[in-house]
Amino acid sequence: MAIQPKLGRSVALVGAGMSKFGAFPEKASRDLFVEAFQEMRASVSRGLDPRDIEALYIGNYSSDLFEGQGHMAPLMADWVGLTPRPAIRVEDACASSGVALRQGIIAIASGLYDVVLVGGIEKMSNLSTEKVTDALSTASDILYEIPAGFTFPGFYAAMATAYMDRFSATPEAFMQVGMKNHDNGALNPKAQFSASIADVMEGKQRRAQARGLPIPQWTDEMDFLHDNRANPMIAWPLRLFDCSPISDGAAALLLVGGELADNFCTDPVYIIGSGQASDRSMHDREELTSIGAAVLASQQAYQMAGVSPADVKVAEVHDCFTIAEIIATEDLGFFEPGEGFVAAEEGLTTRNGLRPVNTSGGLKAKGHPVGASGAAQVVEIWKQMQGLAGERQLAADVEIALTHNVGGTGQTCVVHIFERR
Amino acid sequence: MNQQPFTESTFQSYLARHKLMASRCSACGALHLPPRPLCPDCFGDDLHWTEVSGSGKLLAFTVIHIAPTAMIEAGYGRDKPYVVAVVVLDEGPGISAQLLGVDAANPQTIAVGMPLRATFVERGEGEGQRTFLAFQPAD
Ligand SMILES: [Zn+2]
Repeated sequence: MAIQPKLGRSVALVGAGMSKFGAFPEKASRDLFVEAFQEMRASVSRGLDPRDIEALYIGNYSSDLFEGQGHMAPLMADWVGLTPRPAIRVEDACASSGVALRQGIIAIASGLYDVVLVGGIEKMSNLSTEKVTDALSTASDILYEIPAGFTFPGFYAAMATAYMDRFSATPEAFMQVGMKNHDNGALNPKAQFSASIADVMEGKQRRAQARGLPIPQWTDEMDFLHDNRANPMIAWPLRLFDCSPISDGAAALLLVGGELADNFCTDPVYIIGSGQASDRSMHDREELTSIGAAVLASQQAYQMAGVSPADVKVAEVHDCFTIAEIIATEDLGFFEPGEGFVAAEEGLTTRNGLRPVNTSGGLKAKGHPVGASGAAQVVEIWKQMQGLAGERQLAADVEIALTHNVGGTGQTCVVHIFERR
Repeated sequence: MNQQPFTESTFQSYLARHKLMASRCSACGALHLPPRPLCPDCFGDDLHWTEVSGSGKLLAFTVIHIAPTAMIEAGYGRDKPYVVAVVVLDEGPGISAQLLGVDAANPQTIAVGMPLRATFVERGEGEGQRTFLAFQPAD
C-alpha cells in the first residue's frame, strides 16, 4: 500500500466538449453524445481525424433504468463513427465518467493506446421524479439502506445534520453555495439553469403577474430561499435549491500520449494526478462529516502530481447537494474541517474569491446528468485553462486545476489534477 | 455449530421474530451489522450469529419530504414526511433505519447523539408482509 502511484507515460488532454445540459424530450442519449463529440472535435486546435481514435471509455450510470437501453458503449461508438474500435462502459454511479477518464488515462499510460475518447452520458428526464429517485437509489445499498426509507437527497441531508451538529453550521451556508453556483451557471450557455436566484425570483413574479395571480414578494434571495412554497423542503435541511436537477447531457474528452500532444493542440493540458478510492455504506463509516474516499483519492492525486491544495487555482467539485460542495472543499484540503461552510459564507469560493469552486455552475446549476458529470467537470477545466470560459473566465491564469467526482454517497471518489505548461 | 447462512434473508427472518441479529467473527471478534459471510477485518469466514441490544445513539438523520415509491405506498410523502436515521449501536456497528416517536414537523427538536432503542414495524398484508427495523427515543 506504500507504493507511490506514478503514470508510466505522460497523458494530455487535447480536446473537450459537451452537449447543452437540460431536459430534452426530443433527444435520445446518442444525440446528446454526438453533440458533445462534435464540440470536442472542433476544440482540437490542430484538427482531429476521428479515425485516429483507438478506443472509447464511456461513463454511464444507468441508461438501463432511465431509457431501457443497456450496452451503451458500442452504441455510442457507432453514433460517432468509431465502430469497430473497442468501447467500454464504465459504471461507478455518479462518478462513472470521472472513473472512465481514469481508465482512459491508464490505457494511454500503459502504452496500449495513443489516442482515447472518454465520454460521459446520461438521459434522465424520461422518468417521473419518483422513478428517478428510485433509479438513483440503486447506487446505495438496496438491502440495508433503501428499506430504511433513505433517498439520495436524504443521505446528503443526513451528512448535513451531522455536519451542522459537529460544527454549528446552519442551512444558510448551504444556501450561499446554491446562490454562488446559480450566479456562475447564469454565465454558462451550456448550463441547465442559466439563471441566478435573483433571475429565478423575477421570473416567478413575472409569471404570477401574467396569470393575474398575487405577485409573491421577497426582501432578498435569502428570503426567497427560506420560503417553503418557493423553495420546498426535499429532505430536511435540504430544500429544492440545495439539490442538483434531473438532467440530460453528455460530454467528450480527447486524451493522447503526452509526447503526441503538440500534433493535436497548440496548448495542451497535462493530467498530472489521478486518485481513486472506495468506501462502505454510510452506516458503516466512523463519521459522516467527511467523505473518506475523497480524502484518500485527493491525497493520491496530490502526491502523483507533486502539488499541494494551495496550488489549485480552480476546482470543479461534486456538488450534487450544496452540503456536498462544503464537505468537498474540506476533503480536498482547501479548508480545514469545519471551515468549509465559513468559507462559503465569506464568498471565498466565488469566481472572484480566493479559491473559485464550480465556475461552471456546478452540478447544481449546470445540471447533473449523472454519468456525464465527471467528464463535464473536465470540460470546464479545459475551458478555463484555454481562456474559453467567456463571461465566467477567471482573471488569473489557471496553471493547476482539479476535478472531484463522487459516486453514491462516497462509495466511490475520483480526483484528477490538470496542469497547463 | 449449526449456523443459519449470514445473509440478508436470515437477518430478515430474525427481524420477523423481533430480534436484531449481527454476525461475529470467531477469529478476530469483530461484530458486523449488517451481517456478512466474510469478515472484512481479518478475511475469516468462521462466524456466528449474536443478538445485539438494540440500544444506541443518533449519528445523523433527515426528514424525508420527497419519498421513494415504496414509502409512498406505506402512506408517507409530502403530506406525511418521515424521519430516517443512521444509528450507532452501543456494541459499535451502525445501521440505517426509520426513526419513530420524534416530531418530523420540528426537526430542531431531534438531537444528534440522543439515545435510541430498536423497535420493529410490520408493513404489508399476507404474503407481502415484512418486518422493518426502526428506532425510537430510549426514554
Ligand atoms: Zn475477523
